[in-house]
Amino acid sequence: MSKTLAEKIWDEHIVRRADGEPDLLYIDLHLIHEVTSPQAFDGLRLNNRKVRRPDLTIATEDHNVPTLNIDKPIADPVSKLQVDTLRANCKEFGVRIHSLGDAEQGIVHVVGPQLGLTQPGMTIVCGDSHTSTHGAFGALAFGIGTSEVEHVLATQTLPLIRPKTMAINVEGTLKPGVTSKDIILAIIAKIGTGGGQGYILEYRGSAIRALSMEARMTVCNMSIEAGARAGLIAPDEKTFEYIKGKPHAPKDFDAAVKYWSTLYSDSDAKFDVEINLDANELEPFVTWGTNPGQGLPLNASVPNPADILDAEERGAAERALTYMGLTAGTPLKKIAIDTVFLGSCTNGRIEDLRSAAEILKGKKIASSLRMLVVPGSARVRLQAETEGLDKVFLDAGAEWRSAGCSMCLGMNPDQLAVGERSASTSNRNFEGRQGKGGRTHLVSPLVAAATALRGTLSSPADL
Amino acid sequence: MEKFIKHTGTGVPLRRSNVDTDQIIPAVYLKRVTRSGFEDGLFAAWRNDPEFVLNQEAFKKGTVLVAGADFGTGSSREHAVWALQNYGFKAVISSRFADIFRGNSLKAGLLTIIVSQEEVEALWGAIESKPDTPITIDLETRTVSYNSTLLNFVIDDYTRWRLMEGLDDIGLTLKQTDSIDSFEKNRAEYKPKTLPVLK
Ligand code: SF4
Repeated sequence: MSKTLAEKIWDEHIVRRADGEPDLLYIDLHLIHEVTSPQAFDGLRLNNRKVRRPDLTIATEDHNVPTLNIDKPIADPVSKLQVDTLRANCKEFGVRIHSLGDAEQGIVHVVGPQLGLTQPGMTIVCGDSHTSTHGAFGALAFGIGTSEVEHVLATQTLPLIRPKTMAINVEGTLKPGVTSKDIILAIIAKIGTGGGQGYILEYRGSAIRALSMEARMTVCNMSIEAGARAGLIAPDEKTFEYIKGKPHAPKDFDAAVKYWSTLYSDSDAKFDVEINLDANELEPFVTWGTNPGQGLPLNASVPNPADILDAEERGAAERALTYMGLTAGTPLKKIAIDTVFLGSCTNGRIEDLRSAAEILKGKKIASSLRMLVVPGSARVRLQAETEGLDKVFLDAGAEWRSAGCSMCLGMNPDQLAVGERSASTSNRNFEGRQGKGGRTHLVSPLVAAATALRGTLSSPADL
Repeated sequence: MEKFIKHTGTGVPLRRSNVDTDQIIPAVYLKRVTRSGFEDGLFAAWRNDPEFVLNQEAFKKGTVLVAGADFGTGSSREHAVWALQNYGFKAVISSRFADIFRGNSLKAGLLTIIVSQEEVEALWGAIESKPDTPITIDLETRTVSYNSTLLNFVIDDYTRWRLMEGLDDIGLTLKQTDSIDSFEKNRAEYKPKTLPVLK
């Protein structure tokens, strides 16, 4: 029987299937961080349970950690307690951890792929919704809650009901200055923040195949912003090439590639839903509101809620404009920005830093704003420094920080002040996401860099 | 986990759609390492507003949250479920929930009930005109009832059974250890391992 890629991976991981019950799926890799794990480890202790497969589990510190002075103890005592708790738990249960100061520390979704732990055909989970990132390798990867973290720790499995499948076909060629971030923002604007609910998305088409692995990760990363728990892309030569030589790449690489090459949706496989997007027509995208579906091409103007027919959506747009301090009809490019944030698991990889640095090279950022550059992992930071990118950012007047989630969610000291406006390469523009009262516009690294130079939302073409 | 069979309480109308988990509980509250005490962070950004529904005397005792569409989008933080439970909510009714939030809620014993948007509107109307309207949720019959209205909702048999018995998912899975053992025997050699632990 013909199957979609998601169905193939699903079926290969069924430990047990029984009528009227969810399938019990085996989990190949469990990623852990400090925020969503303490209560799970506590649960194990309370019930006298062990971690079944510490050798399929890995931890790092990312959400809470400071990006300055990382050689000093964490200043905020509550953050420190949470990080210390993770370290103690990993020690007690025999889980490998990459702590602050270690070259492999960083955002959990940057660390998995860079170590080569993320491979095609795997099931990967983490107590973090952006686990969908790993789908770029043709893995079935999704975020879970803390109860499920405990479940995976104890059993290396999860009971799950199989989602439906949605194909998103992106055909054509991107114009210069348009990136994979713009593809995914356009998809979310099209299908809405609830459009993917109950589905596993598969991104397909010539425009997706043309993307680098890092750009594919950006697309899969934001599947959750379209409401889907997982999004994936069939692996190809680029995928294999990327994994080759990484610390955890398979020793018997040929055997692995042989299997990986079977991982695609059969040509006559049926998806429950298909969506089409024309890559030729895409422009740099930016959000104007307080959910990732409220986005428009950068050349557009702030929409007028009165033009929105659906009453719910109209109300949401009105509230968003009030929160964002925007007036309908204002050209998006006239919006002045206070902070540019380049980083996160969406756009904090080496290619993202390179592409922004290229625009900033030899120039100065606008004096009206600050720019934070936060590499996704310590390894990315090292690589960037080897290439001299840190100098480019510093010379341009930006701040060069240590790795972590940082201003993506403002759990550490990197936050927006009340009313402060950011252009951010992260994935969520919710009210207060980057700090209480902060206002977020989601953008690509190219738009972030151009905006930093001009002071208002801009694309590289405006320079 | 506490059993959920039937619950009667009053409702709280939250007339907002797309309430994401950052709204339900902001990140700054997630630094705790315990599972309780999150009620003070619930809807934190809105709690200063005297007009906000939870601040209105009439709705202070509500145990059934009736929310707009796409409730619980965003981050996977189960703290959002705990915050609602710690505050005293037993169930949330909406026309659409985000997948991860719904999964988390049903694991932790907070019943999330899907009804149509018209039914949500009608329920909002009823609660707003008479805040002490009793709402009864019966998991046995899969119904929500208030005044003379009876709404049916769908929940799969397995989850319903688990909630009604108050069963811990992990305990249930551990009974399948033999199946897990035999699955592991056939796992491909080239799949990556994270250990040995680096000292
Ligand atoms: S960078 Fe942002 S979205 Fe990614 S894991 Fe960290 S907090 Fe979550």
